[in-house]
Amino acid sequence: MRLSELAAKVPSIVREVESLGDNDVIARRLRDLGFVAGEPLVIVASAPMGGDPLLVQIGFTRFALRRSEAARVRVEHIDV
Amino acid sequence: MSEAATIDNELRLALVGNPNCGKTALFNQLTGGRQKVANYAGVTIERKEGFYTAPSGRSVRVLDLPGTYSLDAASPDEAITRDVCKGLHASEPLPDLIVCVADATNLRLHLRFALELRALGRPMVLALNMMDAAKRRGIRIDTQELERLLGFPVVETIAVRHGGSVDLVQRIDKLTLTVPEQAGAGGSLHAQVREMLSSAVTMPRLTAKIDDTLDRWLLHPIFGLFSLAVVMFLIFQAVFSWATPIMDLIDVGTTALGNWVGNVLPAGLLNSLVVDGIIAGLGGVIIFLPQILMLFLFILILEESGYLPRAAFLLDRMMLSAGLTGRSFIPLLSSFACAIPGIMAARSIQDSRDRLNTILVAPLMTCSARLPVYTLLIAAFIPRSKVAGIFNLQGIVLFALYIAGIVSALAVAYVIKRMRKDTTEHALMMELPAYRLPHPRDVLIGLYERGMIFLRRVGGIIFTMTVVLWFLSTFPGAPEGSSEPAINYSLAGTLGHWLSYIFAPIGFNWQISIALVPGMAAREVVVSSLATVYALSGNEDSLGAIVASQWSLATALSLLAWFVFAPQCISTLAIIKRETNSWRYVWITLGYLFGLAYLASLLTYQISKALGA
Repeated sequence: MRLSELAAKVPSIVREVESLGDNDVIARRLRDLGFVAGEPLVIVASAPMGGDPLLVQIGFTRFALRRSEAARVRVEHIDV
Repeated sequence: MSEAATIDNELRLALVGNPNCGKTALFNQLTGGRQKVANYAGVTIERKEGFYTAPSGRSVRVLDLPGTYSLDAASPDEAITRDVCKGLHASEPLPDLIVCVADATNLRLHLRFALELRALGRPMVLALNMMDAAKRRGIRIDTQELERLLGFPVVETIAVRHGGSVDLVQRIDKLTLTVPEQAGAGGSLHAQVREMLSSAVTMPRLTAKIDDTLDRWLLHPIFGLFSLAVVMFLIFQAVFSWATPIMDLIDVGTTALGNWVGNVLPAGLLNSLVVDGIIAGLGGVIIFLPQILMLFLFILILEESGYLPRAAFLLDRMMLSAGLTGRSFIPLLSSFACAIPGIMAARSIQDSRDRLNTILVAPLMTCSARLPVYTLLIAAFIPRSKVAGIFNLQGIVLFALYIAGIVSALAVAYVIKRMRKDTTEHALMMELPAYRLPHPRDVLIGLYERGMIFLRRVGGIIFTMTVVLWFLSTFPGAPEGSSEPAINYSLAGTLGHWLSYIFAPIGFNWQISIALVPGMAAREVVVSSLATVYALSGNEDSLGAIVASQWSLATALSLLAWFVFAPQCISTLAIIKRETNSWRYVWITLGYLFGLAYLASLLTYQISKALGA
């Protein structure tokens, strides 16, 4: 499942970040920001118009990601 | 370079860190007012350097490098940080010491970058900043353990508290510069950070409870947008109710000074140069300061408190569809007061393409200088009748002019987006930092910087151009015994007469054409220039009556349409030059705005004439 398809408030973990093309700066930056395998995350909010961008809590930080950016992140649910 | 530094015993340190780590606050605390703000050669990225004297008497030079999440640079400002840290920068020597600033409440993210810096093999220190916030949230950090794991000194700092960097200054002073050993190496940087956190840091919660609560409300689809509207409304109220009286005062002051000097100096060319050229020119520069400072006071508070990225989050979708970004919103909104602070505020947009688009469309927002022209023409030509029993027709026309500005800005941004060859995806990926109470010192230093940028870098261009326009409107003087106003015989007058051929299809007579020449200085100048051309000698009240009797409605509407677009403002062009560091974008702005203005006026004039106006 992709982060862009994840419902709000569902605790999940990152499986991987997929690169689009050979030189995907956005994917590299996502990995630097902490979107790496095994990292727990949750969508805490989404913007008023069309639910885009998403507000993602990962680690101690909240990032606003556009859905096109979030689509690069593969996630899976975790049971709490 | 390090040899040179040892000889004069000066220590060169660079502050490096993630965005929102409190780096600039620490820089302000370390250096106080002893700062130099300039630009890196060839780019519009701020280079901030400051100085302090260490307890040992050694002088320390502090470079505040642009914030970045990674040395894998994604933007020109991040590339500067990377190049300086690696010693690859053309004009910046390799710093003796890297001071990595980390937010103690956000260590998982910030320690990763510290480890990336450590791998450069340069002497470094970690400033564990915002320790006050960390303690309040019950975060416990075993600094000694962290220092052992990292292999370089770790010092706690509180950049927003008096004396909050004393420990750091002392530690640096006694430091022998050594390269940190790559302790605990193994596994990815993220894995190493995870290990360090588990053995040195206790976090009771991921984010502060108050932040969660605030975000629940301020990012709420309805309440969030509502509170954004309230914040913006209050800012506008403040700008117009506080800045306008000061601006009026400056206006009255320069007029009074001009009158006084005009009476003291013997009548003649020198008198005119001093009064109409120099004093009016300086007044024209200073009059923008109250609005700039007032708007920036609020923008800085919003930025420091962490609200600015929230506003960008709420509006990103809407702005993106026009080819802009959520971060364009505040600069564009500020441009309703004045395009100058608006264009300067575009600095908060990191992405250079988004920033440039924002700057290019900002002059389309209806700034307050258009109001004198709008009110003159509306009062003279639009009847005070009611529409549908409640709405004032004059008010509707004014509102329509504002809407025309917004719609055309969005349309132009959309066209720019379509025309660009670079269709790559530009990221939002924006951190929403913890909410913070803005520190007065940081706000004041920020205000001072903005004010100086305007006065020094832009004031010169505005002043020069005002004097040039004075020259055009004065020379050559009127011949003996002439009856027409002197401006008719001047270069500006001649230019205006030529222009009137170009402007005939859009319904401008030669009086308007002449008034538009000195009106390049600022839009509101057109009103007083019209008064001069109609030989009213400063009596502007009767100007409305004159234009109402001499112009057709079609001409008036055409002039209104002209002012929605025309870049009749030297200050805006000067700030675009300053902020883009390129004349090319000044010409592009000038060209497309005059083009649109002519087109809009042509359509307005021809259509209203066809309809019998």
